[in-house]
Amino acid sequence: MTDIYLGADRATDVEAAAVDEALRVRGVDAVVQPEGERLYISGRARRLQRRHFLLPALHALQNATGWISPGGINYVAEVLGVPPAEAFGVATFYDLFRTEPPDHDGDTFHVCVDAACQIAGYDDLAASVRASGGHVHLGPCLGQCERAPALFVQGSGGRPDRVPADEEPFELPQADDPSLRLLRRIGVADPESLESYMAHGGYEALRRAGDMGAEAVLEAVAAAGLSGRGGAAFPTGVKWRAVAAETGRPKHVVANCDESEPGTFKDRIVMEHDPFAVIETMTIAGLATGAQNGWIYIRGEYPLATARLQGAIDAARAAGLLGPDAAGTGHDFDIAIWRGAGAYICGEETALFNSLDGFRGEPRNKPPFPTTHGLFGEPTAINNPETLLNVLDIILHGPENYRTRGTERSPGTKLLCLSGKVGRPGLYEVPFGTSLGDLLELAGGVAGTGELQAVLMGGAAGSFVGPDSLDLPLTLEDTRAAGTTLGSGVVMAFDTSVDMTDVVVRIAEFFRDESCGQCVPCRVGAVRQHETLVQMQKRGSLSPARRALIDEMAEVMVDASICGLGHTAASAVRSALSLGLIASAPS
Amino acid sequence: MTGAATVTETAVTITIDGQPVEVTEGSTIHAACVEAGIDTPTLCWAENLTPVNVCRVCVVELEGSRALVPSCSRPAEEGMVVQTDTPRVRHSRRMVLEFLGSGVDLSQADDLHRWMEAYGADPNRYGDEDHPVERVDEPVKVQDELYIRDYSKCVLCYKCVEACGDDAQHTFAIAVAGRGFDARISTEFDVTLPDSACVYCGNCVGVCPTGALQFKTEYDLREVGEWRPEDQTVTRTVCSYCGVGCNLDLHVQDERIVKVTSPSDHSVTSGHLCIKGRFGWQYVHGE
Ligand SMILES: Cc1cc2nc3c(=O)[nH]c(=O)nc-3n(C[C@H](O)[C@H](O)[C@H](O)COP(=O)(O)O)c2cc1C
Ligand code: SF4
Ligand code: SF4
Ligand code: SF4
Ligand code: FES
Ligand code: FES
Repeated sequence: MTDIYLGADRATDVEAAAVDEALRVRGVDAVVQPEGERLYISGRARRLQRRHFLLPALHALQNATGWISPGGINYVAEVLGVPPAEAFGVATFYDLFRTEPPDHDGDTFHVCVDAACQIAGYDDLAASVRASGGHVHLGPCLGQCERAPALFVQGSGGRPDRVPADEEPFELPQADDPSLRLLRRIGVADPESLESYMAHGGYEALRRAGDMGAEAVLEAVAAAGLSGRGGAAFPTGVKWRAVAAETGRPKHVVANCDESEPGTFKDRIVMEHDPFAVIETMTIAGLATGAQNGWIYIRGEYPLATARLQGAIDAARAAGLLGPDAAGTGHDFDIAIWRGAGAYICGEETALFNSLDGFRGEPRNKPPFPTTHGLFGEPTAINNPETLLNVLDIILHGPENYRTRGTERSPGTKLLCLSGKVGRPGLYEVPFGTSLGDLLELAGGVAGTGELQAVLMGGAAGSFVGPDSLDLPLTLEDTRAAGTTLGSGVVMAFDTSVDMTDVVVRIAEFFRDESCGQCVPCRVGAVRQHETLVQMQKRGSLSPARRALIDEMAEVMVDASICGLGHTAASAVRSALSLGLIASAPS
Repeated sequence: MTGAATVTETAVTITIDGQPVEVTEGSTIHAACVEAGIDTPTLCWAENLTPVNVCRVCVVELEGSRALVPSCSRPAEEGMVVQTDTPRVRHSRRMVLEFLGSGVDLSQADDLHRWMEAYGADPNRYGDEDHPVERVDEPVKVQDELYIRDYSKCVLCYKCVEACGDDAQHTFAIAVAGRGFDARISTEFDVTLPDSACVYCGNCVGVCPTGALQFKTEYDLREVGEWRPEDQTVTRTVCSYCGVGCNLDLHVQDERIVKVTSPSDHSVTSGHLCIKGRFGWQYVHGE
C-alpha cells in the first residue's frame, strides 16, 4: 500500500486501536491512505501532510503498552507514511518514550534530580516510591520546583498520567494582593468554567481587539514595549508585525508551553489556573498577525495543565469564541494541543517546530527566522504564555497605563519562580525594578541557616549571583549589566548549608543529558565539561590548566553551537567558579 | 554550483579577510571562500548534499553577528564582512576538531588530519589515566559482503542519512537515533541491514568522510594491512548495466577492483550510484 519498506513485525490490536483513537480525535479519519490519492500528491510531499501526527501516535503507543514496539512503529509508519527508521529516530529522542520492553508493568514514577529537588532530598522521595513497589526513573526538572521534591507519574496500560501534588489545594503566596496583574484571576476564577472567566473580565480584551483591528493591536503591543518572557526578551511587537506582513501562505500562532528550564514553573500555574487567558490571548495574537492556526506545544509532564487547556478550548469553541469568525471578530482561528515527550531542547523555538512537525527535536540554523519559516516552514508567531498574558492589560487599559508599572526599558510586571531555600517558595508577580533582596523578603526570606550563599538566576541556562547582589534591580537592563539574566524568571536561593559543588555538577550533567547531539561544540563540549567537573569533585580541586580548559570549552560552545542550549551550557558553571562557590584553587 | 557571476546572474560582493569577492546571489560564504582561494575546512558539507551545518568546523566571523556562522550554509549577502582567520575562528575550529578526536576514532579521516595539525588540535588533553573520557565505542557491524559500519569512527555528519534519504536514494533506511552524545546512525530498532529497507546502493559509503562506512573489500584489506591507496589506479568508465550513463571510477589494486565510486560533480550521478554499478563488478573477477 505504501512505498515504504516495513519489516515483519505487526502491531497488536491494542496498539493499533490506541493509534487509531489518537488520530481520530485529531480528525484523521482515513487511516488507510486511499490508493487514488497518490495520483496527484505523491512521495515525500504526501507524507509530510500527515507527519505531524507522529508525536501523538507515539504517545498513544507508549501509554497503551509502556513502550513503543517494532510492530507499533511499523503500524504508525504505514498509517502516516513515515519511514520506520525515521519514526524510530524520533521515538528515541524523547525521555518519556521507551523502545525496549519494560521490565515492570506498572506506571513509571519520574523523580526530579535538579537543583531545587536535589537540596530538598529527592533521594528520600525516590526511596519511598521504591519501597512501595513503584518503578522510579530519575530525570530532569518537572516544573514543580516550588513543591520540591517533585514527582510525575507516567501512566501505562492505558492509565492516565498524573501528578500526585495536583490533588492538594492550591494557593498563591500573594493571594488577595490587589496589585497583581497577570495573576489576578488565579485562585479567584474557576479554571474549568468559561462563565466564571467571563465574570472576571474574560474575553473583554478580545472583543476590544476585534473593534480596534489588527493594526491598532500591533501598535499597542509595540508601544507598550512588551518583550518575550520565554528567555530571550525579544520585542513582541516586532515579531508580530513581521508575521502580519507575510502574505500568501498559511500562518501560525504557537504558545510555547514546553517550560523545561530547571527552576521554572510559572507557565504551569498560569495554564492550570487561568487557562482561558492563554486561549484568549492566542486568539488576539491570531487576529493581530492574521494567523488562523493556533498550536499549544506543552511539555508531556503537565497533565493537569493539558486537561484544563483542552477544557478551555472545547468550551470556547462551543461558545463560538474559537472557530470560524471567532468571537465575532471576523477572523477564523482555532487551537490544537500537541504534547511534548520529555526533551528540554524542544522549548527552543525551532526545535519545537521540528518536534511538532514530527521530526527529531533538533534546532534549526537561524536565519531564516520563525516569522518567515516557522511551523511547517510557514510564518509563525511563537510566544511564551506569560508574554501572551501581558497583552490583556495592554489592550484593556492601553500601553501608557501598562508602562506605569516597571521601568522605562523593562515595562510591566514579571512572574518570578521562587524556589530553593526561601521561606515561601512559589510564584510571585512584581513590577520590573523590584530588588532581588526585596523579592526574597516577599518570599519569606532565606530559609535553612538563614544566611544566603548564592542565588541561581534564570535557571540552569542562567547564572549564579552572590549575597552582594541583593540590591540588584530585577530588570532586563540591570541584570544584563550585572552579567546575569532574568531568563525564564527563575530565582533559586541556596543557603550556606548547601554544597554548591553538587549543584553545579548536576547542572553540567543536565546539559550533557539534554543536548540534542546535533552539533559538535555542544554534543561533545557538554560531556567534557561535565567530566572535568566530576574530576574536580573527586580530586577536591581544580588545577589552573583544567580551569583554563573550562573557559576554552565554554568559548567554543558560545561561539560555534547552533542554538541557545550550547550557548548557555557553560554559563552557570563559569559564574559558580568566578564567585568561588566551587573549588577553584589546588588544595 | 557556484562561482564567479556571469552577466545574466545577480552578483553580490562580500569582503573576506579584507579582500572583495564577487559571487552569484544565493552562493554560500564557503563558496565565496573557495572563489577567493581561501582554504576552509568542512566535514558535514559536500557539494552533492544539502548543507546540514552541524559539525561547525567551517565557522567564520561575520561582522554584526554575535556568534560565529557556518560558512557552508550561510548565503553571502551584499556587503557582508567576513573574517576566516581570527583567533576566535581558529579557536573554534581547533576545539571542534579536538572534541571530535577525543570522542571517536579519526584514524581514517584522512582529510581532517591536515586540519588538526594546522590548528594544533590535541584530542588527548581531556582525560587522564584516572579519569578516562567517554568515547563512542561500538563493535564493527559486519552484516553482509558489501559494506561494513564502524560507528566508533562516526562523527555524526548526517551525510549518509542525507544520501539515503532526500538528497539521493529516497530509501530512508537509516536515521539518527538517540540524543546527545548517545546519538547514533541506526536502522529502526538497530535491525541488520539485510532486514532493513536498505537496497545496497552504497551511496552512504560513498559520502562517509571517516571510514565509518566502508566497502567490505577495503575493510578486509585494511584488516590484513594490505590497503595501499598509493598503489591503486583509478579508471573512469561508463556503467554497462543500463542506459542512464553513470560514470564509474574503478579503484584497482593488484589488478583487482577494490572499490567503485562516482565523481560527485558528474551531471548524471552527482556521485551516487545503484547496487549494480556500485557492487555489480564482482563478475569481473568471476566471483
Ligand atoms: C534550550 C532552550 C529552551 C527553551 N525553552 C523555552 C520554553 O520552555 N518556553 C519558552 O517560552 N521559551 C523557551 N525558549 C525560548 C524560545 O526559543 C523562544 O525564544 C520563545 O519561546 C519566544 O517567545 P517569547 O518571545 O514570548 O519569549 C528556549 C530556548 C532555548 C535555547
Ligand atoms: S547547541 Fe546543543 S542542543 Fe543546540 S543544536 Fe547544538 S547540540 Fe543541539
Ligand atoms: S546502501 Fe543505499 S539504501 Fe542502504 S543504507 Fe546506504 S544509502 Fe541507504
Ligand atoms: S557514518 Fe559516516 S557519513 Fe554517516 S554520519 Fe557517521 S561519519 Fe557521517
Ligand atoms: S521540579 Fe525539581 S528542580 Fe524543578
Ligand atoms: S561543514 Fe559547515 S557546519 Fe559542517
